[in-house]
Amino acid sequence: MALQTLRSWFTAPMLFSFLIFGTMPLWIDAVGLYQYLGLEVMIWIIFALAVNMLLGYTGLPSFGHGAFLGIGAYAFGLTQFNVAANLWLSLFGAVAVTAALGAVVALLISHRRGIYFALMTIACAQIFYFIASKWTDVTGGEDGLLNIKRLPVDLGLAEISIQSNFSLYYLCFAAYVVIVVLLWRLVHSPFGKVLSAIKQNDSRVAFLGYNVWLYKFLIFTLSCGISGLAGALFAMAQEGAYINIMSLQWSGIAILIVLIGGGFISFWGPVLGVVFYFLARDILGAYTETWLLWFGLIFVVMVMFKPEGLAGIWRDGRVLLGRKPAPQPDSSANPSIAGGD
Amino acid sequence: MALFEAHHLHKRFADQVVLEDITLSFEENQISGIMGPNGAGKTTCFNVLTGRFKPDRGQVRFDGQDITGLPPRKIAGKGIARSFQMMNLFDEYTALENIVLALPEVRARGFSVLHDLSNDSGAQDRGAQVLARIGLAGREHALASDLSYGQRRALEIGIALAAEPRMLFLDEPTSGLGMDATAILAELIGEIRKSVSIVIIEHDMRFLFDLADTIAVIHWGQVIAQGGPDELRDNEWVRASNLGALA
Repeated sequence: MALQTLRSWFTAPMLFSFLIFGTMPLWIDAVGLYQYLGLEVMIWIIFALAVNMLLGYTGLPSFGHGAFLGIGAYAFGLTQFNVAANLWLSLFGAVAVTAALGAVVALLISHRRGIYFALMTIACAQIFYFIASKWTDVTGGEDGLLNIKRLPVDLGLAEISIQSNFSLYYLCFAAYVVIVVLLWRLVHSPFGKVLSAIKQNDSRVAFLGYNVWLYKFLIFTLSCGISGLAGALFAMAQEGAYINIMSLQWSGIAILIVLIGGGFISFWGPVLGVVFYFLARDILGAYTETWLLWFGLIFVVMVMFKPEGLAGIWRDGRVLLGRKPAPQPDSSANPSIAGGD
Repeated sequence: MALFEAHHLHKRFADQVVLEDITLSFEENQISGIMGPNGAGKTTCFNVLTGRFKPDRGQVRFDGQDITGLPPRKIAGKGIARSFQMMNLFDEYTALENIVLALPEVRARGFSVLHDLSNDSGAQDRGAQVLARIGLAGREHALASDLSYGQRRALEIGIALAAEPRMLFLDEPTSGLGMDATAILAELIGEIRKSVSIVIIEHDMRFLFDLADTIAVIHWGQVIAQGGPDELRDNEWVRASNLGALA
């Protein structure tokens, strides 16, 4: 029983990802890449997992989620500058402010779905972008919020410096572990099953007695809170908070990453998508400045021929190799309503 | 007093009057039928009764409580479930997952985030029992999208049954079924009537006249006749509209 409970919290793919990402700083230089790339990958995975809770699991297309990444970054810096230069407090400030603003947006849009939901997220993101660009006394406007510190990790008895990319990476990795375990649990809980049911058929969910609006509100707020955490980590990585990540372009890239990774069919889709995106950026980018053009073409081809993304390719590969059984045809011989059809 | 009552319901879409002064009542432990030609307003009537649409005027009462205009989730919470003419399944879920999500005990802890639903043997067993009851034993782990048409129709009814309703609305349950499957469905409905009051919209007049205790005939958005199957066979309105000839 205890083993079963443990296995429902920690799965083999999860432990494999912990092994790969937990050791990444040790081998990333050896494969010709660099420590800061690992940092970016880790932060964007957290952000992409948050986006996928909406898009992949609940079917809510938030095309302006970059705004919440930016709000998290600004809130982290502002808490650090104006409240207390404490890592935990600043992280809490970033998550709380972003979740609160996300909740305000969710109040406005949770009764919408489809294209109307998407357009309202874009509109709200533009409002936040406009405020960040014009409220220069607070945000620094186009220059951004500079000199955000990588505050030491205060463990009570000891303090750990995260000045180096190597050590900051492990703070991000710790956040990744916590987020992955919690989100994995969430998507397999009754709450997560209702979210996925909302994606498939929200009117039926309502007729089963579930409060669809409240589920959408809660998951949007949670997703924003996690995006705020990613934003705070990004602010430390960049040692500043800049308005560009609040742009629709970055929101679009987040969606593209989730889709290309296969977030619609797999929890791990966003992880694959982020790794693929950043490797493409650095490898294709080494050959051509127009790497995003080629990445865009890869995306188009993927949507045309394998809309389930990298996770879909992985799934099909396992079926081909016989690691996973293909769906079986109906073998029921019972007389039933179905029997004659 | 009837378990479910609708009084003087009116519904219009733009300048189109769809329901006009509809008054209906459905008794507990009975099968009640609603029949009428295409476009008569039957499905709109169902949608008003189950909360999809608010009536423009009139009142709906269930077990003495006014439920007029309540949203579907609140009406479901009071013990009313429905199936749909156009099938409304969770296609990415297995047959068992479709049923489990509808169970009252799962709905009661719908905001739980720490509980693993796939390891909840109580809910899984209850779901499997419902599937066995509707003839889908052995298909628990088949995706809803992989089921045959008849199996999907059965699952549609199973989801409504899993909610353990006091009143079950079935919207054209025989739609698309062959004769054998229709006969088995009639058996199933005959069996479940022991535990739940049922209202059926149906095109298959023979099916409805064999099962229902009372039938209301809707035409041009109005109730043109009500009564038992025997009364309706002789009703001049029913004969005039060619519906009685089918029974």
